[in-house]
Amino acid sequence: MEIDPFIFRLSIFILSIFIGYYVVWSVTPSLHTPLMSVTNAISSVIIVGAIIAGLSGSLENVFDIPNIFGFFAIFLAAINIFGGFLVTQRMLQMYKKKKKDK
Amino acid sequence: MSANLSAIFYLVSGVLFILALRGLSSPETSRRGNFFGILGMTIAITVTFLSIGNFSSGFIYVLIFLLIGGSIGAFVAFKIPMTAMPELVAGFHSLVGLAAVFVAISAFLNPEVFNLGTVGNIKLASLIEMSIGAAIGAITFSGSIIAFLKLRGIMSGSPITFKGQHYINLLLGLSIIVLIFYLCKTQSDSIFWGIIAISFLLGLLLIIPIGGADMPVVISMLNSYSGWAAAGIGFTLENTALIITGALVGSSGAILSYIMCKGMNRSFFNVILGGFGITEQSSSNKGKEQKPVKSGNAEDAAFLMNSASSVIIVPGYGMAVAQAQHALREMVDKLKKNDVRVSYAIHPVAGRMPGHMNVLLAEANVPYDEVFELEEINNDFSNADVAFVIGANDVTNPVAKTDPESPIYGMPVLDVEKCKSVLFVKRSLSPGYAGIDNDLFYRENTLMLFADAKKMTEDITKNL
Repeated sequence: MEIDPFIFRLSIFILSIFIGYYVVWSVTPSLHTPLMSVTNAISSVIIVGAIIAGLSGSLENVFDIPNIFGFFAIFLAAINIFGGFLVTQRMLQMYKKKKKDK
Repeated sequence: MSANLSAIFYLVSGVLFILALRGLSSPETSRRGNFFGILGMTIAITVTFLSIGNFSSGFIYVLIFLLIGGSIGAFVAFKIPMTAMPELVAGFHSLVGLAAVFVAISAFLNPEVFNLGTVGNIKLASLIEMSIGAAIGAITFSGSIIAFLKLRGIMSGSPITFKGQHYINLLLGLSIIVLIFYLCKTQSDSIFWGIIAISFLLGLLLIIPIGGADMPVVISMLNSYSGWAAAGIGFTLENTALIITGALVGSSGAILSYIMCKGMNRSFFNVILGGFGITEQSSSNKGKEQKPVKSGNAEDAAFLMNSASSVIIVPGYGMAVAQAQHALREMVDKLKKNDVRVSYAIHPVAGRMPGHMNVLLAEANVPYDEVFELEEINNDFSNADVAFVIGANDVTNPVAKTDPESPIYGMPVLDVEKCKSVLFVKRSLSPGYAGIDNDLFYRENTLMLFADAKKMTEDITKNL
């Protein structure tokens, strides 16, 4: 009997939870805020689905209802991607070591 | 681009996201980690465009929405003050949640594009996955909006409770499950909209009973939800990058919630059911008698710290409210010039989100190797001369160690009272979030400095 591809995706999912568990425990507590903003940014990879939805329209009618939802989703996810990564970058720039000469 | 090739690229971007989180294990590697994250996102978006290959119809609009959203995001990221990070993160969570809902709606209305079957005849598994994704997304959206309003101060931070609240939430939760079951049987539009509407409502109701100082748990929890919503959509779209990311974010948020709960010695359910800080207030008012308090001014504080050889600073939410982090750093610079050793002690739940204090201190150019976590520094208080408590309260209350009756009994606290002297900057003697009196105010070795945190710090600096 053939294995349903769903099972493979489930395996990826479960293993990723475990990877997440170990990786996140190793994050230093002082970087927990950047952790939240970067997880925010990466969870916006949902934009992949939004782009598929946005491009699904026919030639005659670009603004079909499902597309419009896709466009809005692209808009929201894009705010998150740019905002999330950039604000993380801004925060991480501030974490500096003690200067030796002082 | 063939489906297999794009699947491999999605896997690559999933791995890059893992490396992005991995980078955060130390500040040195963190910037490279963020770069991996950006790279992973770029790959995922590019591959999606290439695999569709239909650049004719909606492509220009997709780009327009991408650019408008991107510029708004970039603008916000550069403008936002660091003290507003908790609101910003809550706001971002709500966007992920809503995006998940929109993608699910789009997939439900137009399943052919996603290879899920046809309208009214969507594959059973896909239907379950997309409705779970939509429901969790909707809960994340409305819950984050409430969290945002509370953190922003637009809505009162005090818990809103009413009778039968938990039963209503339970009922709503069950009805979502029942509706998903019926959706699978009937494929009806109206049931799908019903699931989304009830989930929005549930999100609101779940967060309103939770008070302001429990927000670190709420934000982490919503972070986790946004991950599970993304994973649900990932299953629907059969997209590896989305599944991996959803699982990572989901477990990350769950771990952060756990750490925050442990920092308060409360169970997750105790926080989620909310209403903390209401019942206790009445009991604490009863036993209130006038106890002697020693209060001082900036000159006294400056004298004490100048003659000290080591000072430990304990910042809390009040420092963020007063925006006192820069003034504090200036004070510390002056102390260091006078050969005083200074370190910072951070309680896990100080502030309104995990790591909130660390970011503020980093913003004020405090080197991160002077900043310590509770376990690292708690033994040093007995050797230190002065503890400077600025904007923290409950996390220093010795009652948590001594009084089993107290609502915060058992919560890990900073052993501030073991210092030779304690300087406590606070505007008044009012109790903290837990609604209980801080025993520390009345100790022999405590000197209260009644003032705004920023102003007091500046005054002390002048007197050093």
